[in-house]
Amino acid sequence: MESKVVTQELSAYFGDVHAVKGVDISVPRNAITAIIGPSGCGKSTLIRCMNRMHEVVKGSRVEGKVFLDGEDIYAPGSDAVEVRRKVGMVFQKPNPFPTMSIYDNVVAGLRLNGERDWKKLDETVERSLKLAALWDEVKGQLDASGVSISGGQQQRLCIARALAVQPEVLLLDEPCSALDPIATAKIEDLLFDLKDKYTIIIVTHNMQQAARISDYTAFMYMGELIEFGVTKELFEMPKKELTEKYITGRFG
Amino acid sequence: MRGYKLRKRIDTIASLLAIGCVLAALVPLVSILWEVVSNGVAVLSWDFLTNRTATGIGNAILGSLQLVMYASFMGLPVGILTGIYISEFGSNKVGSTVRFFNDVMANFPSIVVGLLVYAAIVAYLNVGFSIVAGSAALAIIMIPIVASTTEESLKMVPNSLREGALALGVPRWKTVMKVVLSNGRSGVITGALLAIARSAGETAPLILTALFSTFWTTSLTEPTAALPTLIFNYAMGNSQLTVDEAMRQAWGAALVLIILVLSLNVSVRLLSVRRFKKRGKEAKTWRAKLSLRS
Repeated sequence: MESKVVTQELSAYFGDVHAVKGVDISVPRNAITAIIGPSGCGKSTLIRCMNRMHEVVKGSRVEGKVFLDGEDIYAPGSDAVEVRRKVGMVFQKPNPFPTMSIYDNVVAGLRLNGERDWKKLDETVERSLKLAALWDEVKGQLDASGVSISGGQQQRLCIARALAVQPEVLLLDEPCSALDPIATAKIEDLLFDLKDKYTIIIVTHNMQQAARISDYTAFMYMGELIEFGVTKELFEMPKKELTEKYITGRFG
Repeated sequence: MRGYKLRKRIDTIASLLAIGCVLAALVPLVSILWEVVSNGVAVLSWDFLTNRTATGIGNAILGSLQLVMYASFMGLPVGILTGIYISEFGSNKVGSTVRFFNDVMANFPSIVVGLLVYAAIVAYLNVGFSIVAGSAALAIIMIPIVASTTEESLKMVPNSLREGALALGVPRWKTVMKVVLSNGRSGVITGALLAIARSAGETAPLILTALFSTFWTTSLTEPTAALPTLIFNYAMGNSQLTVDEAMRQAWGAALVLIILVLSLNVSVRLLSVRRFKKRGKEAKTWRAKLSLRS
């Protein structure tokens, strides 16, 4: 397996709180990697270090290295804005821009960065919405507000928005936690289709979800990476006792 | 159940007290409105609104509009940018210092603002009593109001939207200008209108800066009449009119001023009501479906 995102001795802090403790992980290319673990174990913080969104929070700090295709995204001279164009992110709560139409939401990343070619924007809207399996549901109301659609549709709109800037990696921070099972299933199907083109890292609370969709799974506990491996092996034959306890529901 | 009757009684008493307080607060408001309308409405006529001082207040209306307009040109951009800075970039020492001085400025007695502008522009720069000086004084009064309403309304914009934009690789300043500001827009506009309404009614800073004039003002460096200073001068007997005539015209001018300020306030109301009704319903239709019919 070829690695897309590699972290080395990665630590992340919120003020004095040490949220991620020396994590080394090599995330494989064109696969779905799930990160599981109990609440507050640092899963979200870990992926937020991978697109430099952790540093947006006041008082936060990152130590160690994160390599994207072998390049350290925290090296001096590395531009956070450039990194985020390559590493897209979908958040826990759908967050379409309320003052923008569905159309403008999808191409927000392009338009806010100065893209004015309508033909290109039109194509991007259609392609991204089709990738996010939302096109058929919204094609007749592209000028409606981004928040006029249902929660599940909003989340797929956010995925389309992230895909529109053509990232290489897609980070998803518990994207289904605010959604019903049908909407969740739609998003899972969609991620499955996307993995040929993208490297997907998904944080989830839901172990069944991790088992269903991911190729690799990482288990985190108290800020540390406890175990990382092929999903099937991790769930059927965990190497660490802690992992076994967690996946069998004895804590967490 | 023993306490039920007692609770019920306390509830009734508290409600009555609250209603009583509301009525007490309404008394001055209603009586002022009543006095102004009943005394002023007979004075209103086309000639009164368009003639210059002595037979009308046209030059004062124009003066007020000019003062407020130029003050807005100066004060609103500075105030809005200050608010944006405090809200979006102000989580540091500079930001809290700016916020502190902004609060201090908001509570400055407006006569002191007038004195400052008098000293700086009228006297030191030797511009003299003028529209320039008057609108500078009004601008200084507007800035802290606009800055703090802008800050408040931008703080209301959920952080998830900022993160959403940043995560798309949008630079911070563009995130602020295009996403945060557009979501807090109606609050910013509300603040601007309130500041305009407030400055339109200011008298004290104008006495020392715009002074007064009985003529149509033709230049920015001339003194000008304004509605509040006209009312002040007429009521104080500083005019060539008879006392009765001066009072009559002052009531008329007061009515015009109140109508102007109230209509600004009402439009603020309508604007904020519309904001809540429309939220989630409509969006900018930058562009309809055009080539996008599947």
